[in-house]
Amino acid sequence: MHHKTIKNGVILALLVAGAMLVLLPFFWMISLSFKPADEIFAPEIVFFPSRLEWQNYAKALSSVPLLRFLMNGFIVCGAILFFQILLAVPCAYALAHRNFFARKAIFGLVIAGLLVPYHVTAIPLFLGLAKLDLLNTYSALIIPFIASVFGIFLFRQFFASLPADIIDAARIDGLSESAIVWRIAFPLAWPAVSAFAVFSVVAHWNDLFWPLIVVSDPDLATPPRGILYFRDEEAGSDFGPLMAAATMVTAPLVLAFLFAQRKFIQGITSSGLKG
Amino acid sequence: MTIIGRKIREGMTDVQLAGPATLAMLVLIFLPTVIVGVLSFTDYLFGASSFNWVGIDNYIKLFGDETGRRAVVNTLIYVAVVMPSSIILSLIVAVGIHSVGQWSTGAANFLRTAYFMPVVATLVAMATVWQMLLHPSLGLVNQVLASVGIPGQEWLSDQGLVLYSLAVIGIWETVGYNVVLFLAGLAAIPRHLYDAAQVDGANHGWDQFWIVTWPMLGPTTLFVLVITATRSFRVFETVATLTNGGPGFASDVLVFAMYREGFVYFKAGYSGAITMVFFFFVLTLTLVQFRIFEKRVHYR
Repeated sequence: MHHKTIKNGVILALLVAGAMLVLLPFFWMISLSFKPADEIFAPEIVFFPSRLEWQNYAKALSSVPLLRFLMNGFIVCGAILFFQILLAVPCAYALAHRNFFARKAIFGLVIAGLLVPYHVTAIPLFLGLAKLDLLNTYSALIIPFIASVFGIFLFRQFFASLPADIIDAARIDGLSESAIVWRIAFPLAWPAVSAFAVFSVVAHWNDLFWPLIVVSDPDLATPPRGILYFRDEEAGSDFGPLMAAATMVTAPLVLAFLFAQRKFIQGITSSGLKG
Repeated sequence: MTIIGRKIREGMTDVQLAGPATLAMLVLIFLPTVIVGVLSFTDYLFGASSFNWVGIDNYIKLFGDETGRRAVVNTLIYVAVVMPSSIILSLIVAVGIHSVGQWSTGAANFLRTAYFMPVVATLVAMATVWQMLLHPSLGLVNQVLASVGIPGQEWLSDQGLVLYSLAVIGIWETVGYNVVLFLAGLAAIPRHLYDAAQVDGANHGWDQFWIVTWPMLGPTTLFVLVITATRSFRVFETVATLTNGGPGFASDVLVFAMYREGFVYFKAGYSGAITMVFFFFVLTLTLVQFRIFEKRVHYR
């Protein structure tokens, strides 16, 4: 037994050491974000700031519209999620609980869609948005993502597991199909919906590729795009405020993750099908 | 009401429910995929009023010219470094956390959370932190190395090192994701298999790992392998934030080359060819992944 306790202790110590290494960038980011400039540029290693330099945060908020970037992130992620659900839920319901001639074909499209990384569609979508004169608008950041094949797939699998009796009972009660979708199937699908919401918001909050392509107006920058504006504008020398900005951009999702870990892990790993 | 009337009404309902999503899929996913394939055989430039068919010239350029080949080779090297390292590390961590979970659920949960943090963090923001950590003179990494007498390196501006520095960030970013997948695989291994192995004389953890854990994790490992590879093929954020593909194209990768050629130099045709090559790699991997996933579902 004693031998086993030592073994457990060693394993735990090694894992904690590894975890500290993984968390080091987070610690360093927060530490630098509070350090006065002279401590950042010190030649020796200083782990903790000697005093909290809130000026870094004030500067990050005043020299670029950081709050604006965060708000853009909320608007874009919220709108994408809203339209994804609005389109995917009725379609998934029809695929799972209705019998119509195009059903197999549409489900085939969903599966085929899972094979296409969104980078592949970038050039034609850019051309299309340019034709419609929509570059540099919120629409350009939102529209390309409203058809989520992953969402349709996830919701279809969930709806397929609902007993047909529930649906039949609602039909006999005289509910219309769209009432069944939104008042019966959708609330029941809450576990799938929340997992999908986590997946979608994490993906789009953190995305740089698409905002870099369709948005050059800083007023429309999403948080990652904003971080790059900030770094380039400050010529890469003002590290304290840059780290303060990085902290503020990373905080919303990390905090949400810490409060709802199970949901986050489930939502993000359920996307295994579409990395 | 006639039967035909009811059929029409039912049909209208189907269109109403499935139509918008189907239309959006066609317009936003399938049509663009076809167009990018067609564009890859042209010399189209963004904003130009016409284009010429150039056959497979764009593909020849990608594989024939030094810069194009660099992007392909660098991507393959990046995947070849990140994939095995991330999988081996995450397997070790997952087995460790699983064993901690046998006597303390709290500690196991805490560790899982810690390792998963990079997965939810905004990669661009964290990349700027890595830039600080790897800074040649002020960076923590070089300062620590100096304190033990090892000369510091130019992690992000040395042509020979830069791709590997990015790979380390890639590993850091993917380990937690794979740990969670492995933990799910480990939890699904029936306890009695370990007892049976013990009866057969496998008393040491090491023996038990090779006799029970490793074979039972087979499907999970394959799954993790393919997912990590597809994710690594998409590497973009760290390159765009830290190196812009440099120095001297030493860290140029497919998605970044696609972005630069298409949206900085406006060569839509050439960028389309890069897109198709990237698509080919990811598609092959995803098809393998689908087959594995199907098998997993069948055997369950």
